[in-house]
Amino acid sequence: MSRAPFALWRWERLWNDKAVIFNGFVTTLLVSLLALALAMAIGIVFGMLGTSEKKPLRAVNRVYVEFFQNIPLLVQVFFIYNAFPLLGFRWPVFTIGVVGVGIYHGAYVAEVIRAGIRSIPKGQGDAARSQGFGYIQTMAYVILPQTIKIILPPLTNQAVNLIKNTSVLATLSGLDLMYRADSWASQGTLSYGPAYVAAGALYFLICFPLATWARRYERRIKEREHLQLSEAAAEEMMLMAEEML
Amino acid sequence: MIKMEHVNKSFGKTQVLKDVSLVVNEGEKVVILGPSGAGKSTAIRCVNGLELPTSGAVYLDGTALTAKNRTQLVRRHCAMVFQQFNLYPHMTALKNVTLALTKLQHMTKAEAAEVAGECLETVGLADKAQSLPSQLSGGQQQRVAIARALATRRKILLFDEPTSALDPETVGEVLSVMLRLSHEHGITMIIVTHEMGFAKQAADRIVFMDGGEITAEDNPDAFFNNPPNERVQQFLSKVLY
Ligand SMILES: Nc1ncnc2c1ncn2[C@@H]1O[C@H](COP(=O)(O)OP(=O)(O)O)[C@@H](O)[C@H]1O
Ligand SMILES: [Mg+2]
Repeated sequence: MSRAPFALWRWERLWNDKAVIFNGFVTTLLVSLLALALAMAIGIVFGMLGTSEKKPLRAVNRVYVEFFQNIPLLVQVFFIYNAFPLLGFRWPVFTIGVVGVGIYHGAYVAEVIRAGIRSIPKGQGDAARSQGFGYIQTMAYVILPQTIKIILPPLTNQAVNLIKNTSVLATLSGLDLMYRADSWASQGTLSYGPAYVAAGALYFLICFPLATWARRYERRIKEREHLQLSEAAAEEMMLMAEEML
Repeated sequence: MIKMEHVNKSFGKTQVLKDVSLVVNEGEKVVILGPSGAGKSTAIRCVNGLELPTSGAVYLDGTALTAKNRTQLVRRHCAMVFQQFNLYPHMTALKNVTLALTKLQHMTKAEAAEVAGECLETVGLADKAQSLPSQLSGGQQQRVAIARALATRRKILLFDEPTSALDPETVGEVLSVMLRLSHEHGITMIIVTHEMGFAKQAADRIVFMDGGEITAEDNPDAFFNNPPNERVQQFLSKVLY
């Protein structure tokens, strides 16, 4: 048999064992989805704190964001893996993945949400509060829905980063895509080449469409806003023409 | 009844309201006049708790507004119309009007839609119920905003320069709706405006603010025909001509 790193037989072996890789892929998807849900929940809460009128609440937002954004994800996940058991928390690696990746990306999502809220004119909050809506209701009915258009592209990019970052789990034997690919190669025929290519291709398969969609959506929104403006302008001119006639 | 008692309001180091005291009785229509920067907006924003006084107090039907109770109190008493309309751009005209009805007054969707339909009818926009704010002219948007304020059936309506952001040709349609409202005895109105014609017709009382203070107060006849002080005279001569 050829010893070449990408020899055909290595690909055949990989194909025969594809269930192993697929297993890892499913785990990666699950961790990603749950971590994304957690990141969103954290992001909304801390993003809202970041736009509060109260200084201490804004400070809480800053501390959270700066702390988690400026320490490598790997360090955070290792901390949860090795230091948490000493405090009596012994979590399965899957949970560590969800929590670790979730709170890390929660910091980024918080920044996205904060920017989104700040982009909504102050009059919107005034209108809601003058109707008797409380803070949470104002956010839920009036402010946050209006931010969606603006935050969807950066949020999608966050989701892409999050999916890629779940590969840190491989360092903790996390049974995710990267781990499965790596261990399949190291415990068998050392076919690292095909294994990593397959893993990369599968990450690409989810991330690329997401990133592309985000970019297109962003462009479409910009164009539509443009369109709306020019429509209004056209109407304005028609009205003026009518008046003059 | 609205009672402002020795209200002072500062933003940082700048004092915007200085010892403002004002009583507006039930059903009364009060127009606030004054130069830009006089504190008119801040004063009516204090009435519905959008701002809280630095010192002094605002009472709605005898209850002092506080940070704690303002949401509840405003929900019971006040509605406001803004210079920039502040319609919710992601909702149709109808939904703008029904939101508070379904979420705060717990009406069913159908009940809310019926009330909203009536209110949109009142402002002459029954046919625009399904339009988004971006599809409406400024005057139409402001009338939807008035319908939104009316729908909750609150006794106090606050207007902060409702026609100042409008194209001249749509000012009339909004003023005529407001003028009609001013004939309703049950509604208390405080209106900040620069529309002197409207003020003369609609107001029971004119309040003049300048530099954060109420410097004059009179019935429209006396106020316009016999300006109470020189500053008012100056102001009137500027806006009238
Ligand atoms: N949120 C705020 N923060 C700081 N200054 C403010 C704020 N709101 C109003 N002001 C200031 O208070 C003064 C009065 O404003 P305002 O009540 O809007 O006057 P008016 O409505 O009569 O034009 C202005 O000098 C304005 O700059
Ligand atoms: Mg003002």
